[in-house]
Amino acid sequence: MSEAITADGIRKRYGDVQAVDGVSLSVATGEFYGLLGPNGAGKTTTLEILEGIREADEGRVELLGLSPWPRNPKLLPRIGVQFQASAFFNKLTARETIRTFASFYGIGPRAADAMLERVGLTESANVLTDKMSGGQAQRLSIACALVHDPELVFLDEPTTGLDPQARRNLWDLLRDINAEGRTVVLTTHYLDEAEVLCDRVSVMDHGKVLKTGAPAALVREIDDTVRVRIESGLLTVDRARELLTAAGAEHTNLEDDGVTLALSTAEPGPVLAVLAEQNALRGLEVRGATLEDVFLQLTGREYRA
Amino acid sequence: MTATERPPATAPAPAPAGEEKANAFVGLSRVMLLGFLRDKGTLFFTLALPLMFLLLFGVISKGGGTSHVKVAEVGQVKVLDDALAHAEGALDALEITKDLNEADALAKVKKGDLDGLVMEGPDGTLVLRFSQADQVKSSTVQGIVNSLVQGANQAASNAPAKYTLDSSKVEDDSTKPIQYLTPGLLAYAVAMGAVYGASFTLVTWRKKRVLRRLRLAPISAGTIVGARVLVSVLVALAQTGLFLIVAQADYFGLELTGNWWLVLPLVVCATLAFMSIGLVTGSLAKTEESANGMNQLIILPMSFLGGAFIPLDFAPSWLQDISRALPLRYLIVPAKSVLSQGGGLAEALPAMGILLGFTAVLSAVAWRFFNWDDA
Ligand SMILES: Nc1ncnc2c1ncn2[C@@H]1O[C@H](COP(=O)(O)OP(=O)(O)OP(=O)(O)O)[C@@H](O)[C@H]1O
Ligand SMILES: [Mg+2]
Repeated sequence: MSEAITADGIRKRYGDVQAVDGVSLSVATGEFYGLLGPNGAGKTTTLEILEGIREADEGRVELLGLSPWPRNPKLLPRIGVQFQASAFFNKLTARETIRTFASFYGIGPRAADAMLERVGLTESANVLTDKMSGGQAQRLSIACALVHDPELVFLDEPTTGLDPQARRNLWDLLRDINAEGRTVVLTTHYLDEAEVLCDRVSVMDHGKVLKTGAPAALVREIDDTVRVRIESGLLTVDRARELLTAAGAEHTNLEDDGVTLALSTAEPGPVLAVLAEQNALRGLEVRGATLEDVFLQLTGREYRA
Repeated sequence: MTATERPPATAPAPAPAGEEKANAFVGLSRVMLLGFLRDKGTLFFTLALPLMFLLLFGVISKGGGTSHVKVAEVGQVKVLDDALAHAEGALDALEITKDLNEADALAKVKKGDLDGLVMEGPDGTLVLRFSQADQVKSSTVQGIVNSLVQGANQAASNAPAKYTLDSSKVEDDSTKPIQYLTPGLLAYAVAMGAVYGASFTLVTWRKKRVLRRLRLAPISAGTIVGARVLVSVLVALAQTGLFLIVAQADYFGLELTGNWWLVLPLVVCATLAFMSIGLVTGSLAKTEESANGMNQLIILPMSFLGGAFIPLDFAPSWLQDISRALPLRYLIVPAKSVLSQGGGLAEALPAMGILLGFTAVLSAVAWRFFNWDDA
C-alpha cells in the first residue's frame, strides 16, 4: 500500500519552546490515523507542518508524493483541512460560507448544499457563522474541509465542543469518508474516539511521538493491568499505599485527583480485599486497560477529557 | 439573491451536481461585497458620512456665501422695479425691503441689519449706500446694482451696449463652493472606502484565520487581490455616482463640463492608490483597532492637507508642497478641473500616472510587511 504521508525527523521551535522535536511518521493511503496527546504536546504544530502552512525548521515531509512546502498549488485540491479554531468569513451565513469555499475548487452551489446537508446543517443554513453554536461551527468547518472531495483530510480536534449525539453523527460521517477510500488524519483528546475510529494512533508529548500502533495493539501491550477507582476522601493516598504495601498488593500509578482515588494493578484481587477491609468501596470501578491507560503510562499523566 | 436560494417546488429537475461550475474570483468578490453591504459601520463611514458632509458643507457655504443680500429700496426706484418685474429669477439673490425712510435705512445698513440701500438721486443717478463690513456682500450688492444700471442704460439706448457687465457672469467665473466641495469630499469618501476596505479585509481575515485557509485553497494571490480591487472600485464608483447626483441637485447646482466622465478613471486610479495604503496598514496592524488608528492617522491629515475640506488655492506654498506628496491631491485637483471647469485629458492623465505610481510603491511596501498568519 502506498504512503499518503511520510514525515521524517521534523522539528519546529518557537522561541524557547521546542514544539515539535523530531517527529517521524507515515500514514498509508486509505488509513484512518490519529494523533493523541495532552495540551501543548505539539499535535497542531505537527499537523500544520504536514499541511504545508508552516515551515519545519528541520526534516522532510511528503504528501501524496509531493512536498507541501513551499506552497504547492497542485497538491492543494487533493487535501482538505479543518483548523482547530474555525476560519470563516465575517458576515456570511453557513450556506454562503460553504458555497464560497466550494467556489475556490470550482465546485458549484448544489454540491456545497449537499455537503451542508451531510453534516446536518441544512436547518441552520441561513444563520450567520458568528451566531452559530460551537458545535454548529465545528460541523460547518468540517463540511468546508470536505466540500471538494479531497483524498487526504486533516482534522484538528473535529469533535471538540460537540454534544454526544452530534459527536456520534460525526463519527459516522468520518467513518464513511474513510470508507470511500480517503485518508484521514485527526488529532483528538478523546481516547474513546481514537479507539473507535483510528486504524493507528501515535501518542505524542513534548513534541515527540512516544508510541505508534493500532489502538487495540497498544492496549494489549499493557492489558495485564486493571484500573481501580474509588471515590476520593475514603482513604488518603499515603494511607492507601501503606495498607496496600502491608498487604503485599502490587500496584502502580496511585493517585487522587480530588474526585477519585485511582491505581493500576495486575492483580485486582488483593487490592479489592484491602479496600473492602477498609470499607472503602464507594464508587468502586474496575476496568480493564483502555487507551487511557496507554496514555497514562506513556505520558505519566492521568487523562482528562 | 434570496430568490435564487430557494427554488420553488415546481422548478425543473436540477442538473446533476457535477455539471455545476463555480468560480473563485466570483466567490471572493461576492464575499467582499456582502461583507461591505452587511457592515453598518462601513456603510455609514464610506457612504452616509461623506454625503452628510457634502450636504452640511454645501448648506453652510451657501448660507454664508454670496446668495442673499438685503437691500432697502427708499422711495421709488424705477430701475429696480423694472428689473424685478422683468427678470424675477435673476434677482432672487436680492431681498428687498420697502417702506423705510432714508435715515432709518442708513442706520440699519450701518448696524449691519441691511447690506445696502438704493434710492434715486437727482438727475437720474442711482444712489447706492452699502457697508464694507461684509466684503462678499458689499461686492455682491455693488455687482448687482451695477448690472442693473448697465441693463437700464442698454435698454434706454436701444442698442447693444459697448460694454456690458453681467452680475451672474461674475459669479460663475469664481468658484462656487460646490465645485470644490464635490471633488474634495468625494476624494475623502473614496479614500475612506478604499483604505478601510483593503486594511480591514487583511486584518479581519488574518485574525479569523481566513487568510491561512485561503492559502490552502488552490487560488492565487492575484485572484484575491483582483476581487478586492473589483469590489473597492465598485464601491468608489457608487460613491462617485451618489456625489454627482447630489451635487447636481438644483439646490447645490453643480454644472458638469464636457469631460466630466474623466473623473471615473481618476477615481479608479485613486482607489488603487488608497487601497495600497490600506494594504500597508493592514499588513502592519494585528487588530482592527490598531488598523483603524493607523488609517485615521493617515486619512484625516491627508484630507486636510490634500484639500478635501478646504480648498488649497490660497494655502501657503509649503502646504501646497506637502499636499503634492499625498495621493489625495491627485484626485481632487484634476477632478475639480474635469468636473466643472472644462478640464480634459491634459489635467487627468498626469494625475492618473502619479496615482498609479503611488500604488506601485505602496503595494511593494505592503508586500514587504505582509503576513498570512498571526504567528
Ligand atoms: N504560533 C506559536 N507561537 C509560539 N508558540 C507556539 C505557537 N504555536 C504553538 N506554540 C507552542 O508550541 C507548543 C505546541 O503547541 P501545539 O499547538 O502544537 O500543541 P497541541 O498539541 O495542538 O495542543 P492542544 O491540544 O492544546 O491543541 C505549545 O507549547 C505552544 O505553546
Ligand atoms: Mg492543537
